[in-house]
Amino acid sequence: MFELFSFGENGWGDEILDGVAITAQLAIATLPVGLFFGFIVAFAAMSNNKPLKAIGYGYTTLMRGLPEILTLFVVYNGVGLLLNTIIKWWNVDAQPLDFSPFLAGVIALAMVFGAFSAEVLRGAFNALDEGQVEAGRAVGMSPNVIFWRIKLPQIWRFALPGLGNLWINMLKDTSLVSIIALNDLMRMTKVAVAFTKQPFTFYLVACLIYWLMSLLSEIILAKMEHNANRGIRRV
Amino acid sequence: MDSLEIIIKYWPKLLDGTLMTLKLTFLSVLIAAIISPFLSLTRANASPIAQAPLRLYISFIRGTPILAQLFLVYYGSGQFRLILQEWGLWGFFRDPFNCALLTFVLNTTAYQTEILRGGVMGVNRGEIEAGKALGMNKLRILQRIVFPHAYRIAWPALGNEIILMMKASALASVVTIFDILGRTRQIFSRTFDFSIYLWAAILYLCITAIFVLIWRQAELRLNKHIMPSDHLIVADDHLSAHKK
Repeated sequence: MFELFSFGENGWGDEILDGVAITAQLAIATLPVGLFFGFIVAFAAMSNNKPLKAIGYGYTTLMRGLPEILTLFVVYNGVGLLLNTIIKWWNVDAQPLDFSPFLAGVIALAMVFGAFSAEVLRGAFNALDEGQVEAGRAVGMSPNVIFWRIKLPQIWRFALPGLGNLWINMLKDTSLVSIIALNDLMRMTKVAVAFTKQPFTFYLVACLIYWLMSLLSEIILAKMEHNANRGIRRV
Repeated sequence: MDSLEIIIKYWPKLLDGTLMTLKLTFLSVLIAAIISPFLSLTRANASPIAQAPLRLYISFIRGTPILAQLFLVYYGSGQFRLILQEWGLWGFFRDPFNCALLTFVLNTTAYQTEILRGGVMGVNRGEIEAGKALGMNKLRILQRIVFPHAYRIAWPALGNEIILMMKASALASVVTIFDILGRTRQIFSRTFDFSIYLWAAILYLCITAIFVLIWRQAELRLNKHIMPSDHLIVADDHLSAHKK
């Protein structure tokens, strides 16, 4: 039993660990991109410009209504087709380009993360105490300084629980990229299953690894929340 | 073939896929809705030791990707083929639809239980005591006081969960079930016309939109007795201002 998961020639330990590394890389690469999307969409939805507002709300409604896996296929197939059309248009003899599944995964997951996090961030902005912003203005802070010193630290505090949930969801959603041929944990498990004919054992181990990653994230997030709320009186 | 011809040729397949998506979602949600009230009561009231297995199950479901859960059931059952054959269960697990349904039921039951637990724990204690004072037995109290309130509290979150389940049902296409996404991938592999993905997106959005409308109407009906009627809104605003 343990031989199966040993490292080296006979075991699948190292292959699965490679898969875990890809899964982790994918999730960690998606986080900043997704947060960036989230801020842009949140700002669009909160702006006074009507078309911009409509785009912001439209985007969140659209992305939250679509299955993540459909988004992934649309990005992977669609962007791939688009790129190749552009390349063909540019240079007829060019070789068709393979769109990297990793990049497709980051873009698709970040688009989903962006839509959900925009809602969380919008809520956090709404929860800001207007009086503090006025106080900042009264002591002569510029809007820029107000954003960095007053708004952002508190948005962080308000948005952290919501963003933490989204992070765990996204971590789990990375398993979808195995369908478009990226060698993440899920796909390496599939490869191991094809060789060993022990699907239950290996998928159970994959599940346990995901579970471990989720639990670890929860612990770290709880620490971060505690840290973010250190200056706040508990009611 | 241009995009319009493709959709004219293939729309019956997409419709077929839509029915499959609806069937999978509806059945999973329904079966989970029958189980989850019992589990939520356990989660809300039982002793920590008694609910430990339940918590473990819910934590596992919430901490692992639904795709991994699906593979665990669909492919994983193959490892126990002989035993399952002996028990006469192999026929069940051989069918991808059953496996997908079982996975989705297990998944959404865990989420619905946690949502409903929040509702059960949100019920005003005084009302339960009032029920006791009136001589209602435990079953009556659950049926007439606890659950009507718990469902009202949990209603919006349950709606969200059903939408998530509908979206997750698209994963069934990975185990060869022809739901909306399954049909879409099939048509795409024949035509290489990208527009079919956009039709799929429109279908999913329509299902979500229609569901949201129905769910909202049901919520209004559930909360009819506490909805402010038009001329009372002003008075109600005063009241809530006082409360603050």
